[in-house]
Amino acid sequence: MPSILEIIGPAMIGPSSSHTLGAMRISKFAYNLNDGVPDEVVFYLHGSFQDTYIGHGTWLALLGGICGLKTDDPQVARADEVAKKIGLKYEYKAVDLGNVHPNTVKIVTEKSGVRHEIIGSSIGAGRIKIISIDSIECDLDGEYPTLIVENQDVPGALESIINVLSFYGVNIATMQLKRESKYLHKASAMIELDSTISKEILERIRNMDVVNSALYVNAIVEE
Amino acid sequence: MNVNRFKELIEICEKTGEPLDKVVLHWEMLDTGLSPEKVLSKTRFLFKVMEESYEKNKGKTLKTLVGLTGDNAKKMMEYIPFAFSGEKVFQAATIAVTIAESNASMKKIVACPTGGASGVVPGVLLTLKKYGVEEEKLVSALVVAGAIGKIISIHASLSGAQHGCQAEIGSGTAMAAGAAVHAMGGSPKQVSDAAALSLKSLMGLVCDPVGGFVEVPCVKRNAAGATLALLFADMAMAGVQSVVPLDEVIDAMDKVGRMLPESLRETGKGGVAATPTAKSIIDAFSKKFKMET
Repeated sequence: MPSILEIIGPAMIGPSSSHTLGAMRISKFAYNLNDGVPDEVVFYLHGSFQDTYIGHGTWLALLGGICGLKTDDPQVARADEVAKKIGLKYEYKAVDLGNVHPNTVKIVTEKSGVRHEIIGSSIGAGRIKIISIDSIECDLDGEYPTLIVENQDVPGALESIINVLSFYGVNIATMQLKRESKYLHKASAMIELDSTISKEILERIRNMDVVNSALYVNAIVEE
Repeated sequence: MNVNRFKELIEICEKTGEPLDKVVLHWEMLDTGLSPEKVLSKTRFLFKVMEESYEKNKGKTLKTLVGLTGDNAKKMMEYIPFAFSGEKVFQAATIAVTIAESNASMKKIVACPTGGASGVVPGVLLTLKKYGVEEEKLVSALVVAGAIGKIISIHASLSGAQHGCQAEIGSGTAMAAGAAVHAMGGSPKQVSDAAALSLKSLMGLVCDPVGGFVEVPCVKRNAAGATLALLFADMAMAGVQSVVPLDEVIDAMDKVGRMLPESLRETGKGGVAATPTAKSIIDAFSKKFKMET
């Protein structure tokens, strides 16, 4: 059941929780994935996002999110000026992402030569669903700090990753597992955590033999 | 405490003698784990933001995203002393339109319960404050509004895309009417009567925004919501009861919402959105912003 605070709130920048708040949260997820403002960003708009990105202010909300603004910061209405000041290069393109929610955006970022790509949907009342991170399918709402691991599909791989987390006293909230390729022995794990993890823990996981790559995204926190 | 009906909240109030807002805060604690103090302080914060968005934007000509509204609140404010419907009612309508136009201009507002219907509850609460109701009473009234909205969201919807405008302006009006009764010192039963009368009056209201944007007719419907809420609060305080109880009205609203065709659920394809004037406005607007692939 929802909290009454979600019913009589939140404070946000208008005009529409799905077109501004939700869009901003998706973009904030990309900001967190980059651990800061990227150098370049392209927003690929699908469906209703594409039709109404000006009239609903979605373009500014997306830009505000990737610049790291808070979701109730009045500067969101002038996010184009904020982006200009930071020196962020940005672009909007139309795209057909197929059978996804009408309010969906693909965000491609580049920061210091590292490219990331996420796809997220704004599913109503400001809630979001991240459905893909760097081409790995997922189902995340951005409410937990999340560890995304591509690991070798061998016995004990997952156990050793979890052991590292438990060694540092980090509790796991939920976990989504997927086999990426049986032939290449590749699998992925999306691990939602109850607390944040330090760069040290992330590095330790990245250096494990069974881990091909690991990403970390902080929760989209609003106070 | 597995509560999800308004009837149950009234029963608990009657059994324990506790006021409605206290019972709601306990329900909230059992449901979400948030302490009553925490919920109350966050509610107080939301009330402050409502006040701020009115104070910052009142009397101003605002530039909305599509430009279909933006100076109506200013016109209304100047007319308050002349309003035949009465100063208080017209004040509430003016506050509601101020906040709705601010929302359409990408200003900071409180989505109570949504961006499109964000003017109704503050329209009522801030008018009560102007005429002497204490702020703490209004904060507890906002808690009560939250309970009404929560029950609607559990059994029906608060989204125009799902259930039409009856779910947005309709729910906002029910929340505001119930909150007003609570602030005026009415009983929990009277709170539910005011909310039920509101929802019944707006039952079936379609969501038909021109171009799909939150401007026409959304902004002016906020004025309708705020004035109706005050009317039904007064009727409930006078002892008028809703023959059909609130919980059943909510179920009826849910069924009506499910029957609404897609064209009348925020798609901008039916109702006033499908009129020749609306179409020509939107053609002109979208020509200006064509996107490349």
